[in-house]
Parts: sequence; structure tokens; C-alpha cells
Amino acid sequence: MACFVVPGVEAIVTTIVTKELEKKEQKEMELNLEKGANVSELQKERFSAKLKKLNYLLYGGSGLLAFEHLWHGEIEPFFPFLTAARNPLDIPEVLHEMSTVGVGMAVLVTAAWGVMTYVSSKMEKTATEAVKEK
Amino acid sequence: MTLLLTLVAAVVVTCIWYTSEKARQMKVSMLCYMFWGASLMWMVDAIAEYIELRAEYFQPALQDMLNDTFLGVSVIALALVVWVLTLLVKDPLGVLRPAAQNK
Repeated sequence: MACFVVPGVEAIVTTIVTKELEKKEQKEMELNLEKGANVSELQKERFSAKLKKLNYLLYGGSGLLAFEHLWHGEIEPFFPFLTAARNPLDIPEVLHEMSTVGVGMAVLVTAAWGVMTYVSSKMEKTATEAVKEK
Repeated sequence: MTLLLTLVAAVVVTCIWYTSEKARQMKVSMLCYMFWGASLMWMVDAIAEYIELRAEYFQPALQDMLNDTFLGVSVIALALVVWVLTLLVKDPLGVLRPAAQNK
């Protein structure tokens, strides 16, 4: 009914966090460059770049799910957007689905991204150490 | 069926992204994110439906299966259209920019 709204809202929040983080990391990088930091250290994948991948997963997923809901006539392009919201008796059911399936979707996507980020960080670390040893 | 089709699309696109440098330049990763994101979300939906319906979940009516197949193909088509539009706007290979400059 409206399960895709939860990962959609998470995507908006993580986008705002990403933008703020980007600004912070840019400032830090400029400071480090002034201090004469090693270029290889600056080439590391920044956390904001990793967070962008989560944004793409969440936007992509919730976008395609929104299309599915449109297909099934569960959402409409005009107010109140959710067809179930027309009837106040259906609202508890919508909220229940959002709090179970919707939250489950957001958690699973975030967990998958977490595993992906952890593995890629480990691989990056191993590669950096191998270069240092040479 | 929608989940299955999206999952197959996600796997195929990931294989293309992994093996082809040109595909990586053409931002195929965007399709990977879209298909994997949607697959994971539909997986949760499928689990919730399975908990409710149990074995019945695996015996859908022919009409429902056809509709879900049509939806799955449409979802893939929509993602491809979004990707092509992004490709044309961002022009990562610089194909459109020289053409625009020549005019």
C-alpha cells in the first residue's frame, strides 16, 4: 500500500546527510593538502561516496516500487496520493504495512549496503597494505 | 514473478558491469543499484506475503502470474528508460558534446 514510502524517506534523509558530509570532507581534504598529506591517503573512497551508493539503492528501489503501486492502483498522481487514505478506516492498515514491510525493506537495503561497504573497505585496506609493502 | 524478473535483471546487469569497462563508463552501475534495490525490497514483500499465505504463495493463479510478468517487464523497461535518459543528460563518453559544439 505505502511500504515504499519508508525507504523513500530514508533516501531523502541520507541524501541530506551525504551533502553535509561532502562539504565537511572537502574542507578536511583541503586542510590535509595544506598540511602536506600523502596523495594516496586522499585517494581513499570517502564515506560520502559510500553513502551515495545507499542513496542510489534506496531511490532506485523505492522508485520502481512506486511504479508497481501505481500499476496496482494503490497510488494516484493527485491528493491524497494513496488510494487507501481516502477511507479513514484503511489508514491503520497502511500504517501497519509501513511499520512492518516498509521498515523491513529499509533495514534490509541498509544492511546489504553495510555488508557491501564493509567488504569493499576491507579490500581497499588490503590493497593499500600490499602497495605499502612493495 | 516481478521479483524473479527484477532479480534476473539485477544479476545480468551486475555481470555486464563487472566484465565490461565500457559498461562501467556508461554508468551501468545505476541499473545495478535500481534493480538490486527493488529486488531487496520485493524480497521483503514476498516474505511478508509468504508468512500470510504459506504454500499458497507458490501457486499463483495464471491471470495473476501473467499480470506480474507484464509488470516485471514494464519495471525493467522503465529502469532502462531512466538509465538511457541519464546517459543522454550526463553524456559520460562525450558523444553528444562534440556534436553540439559542431553546430
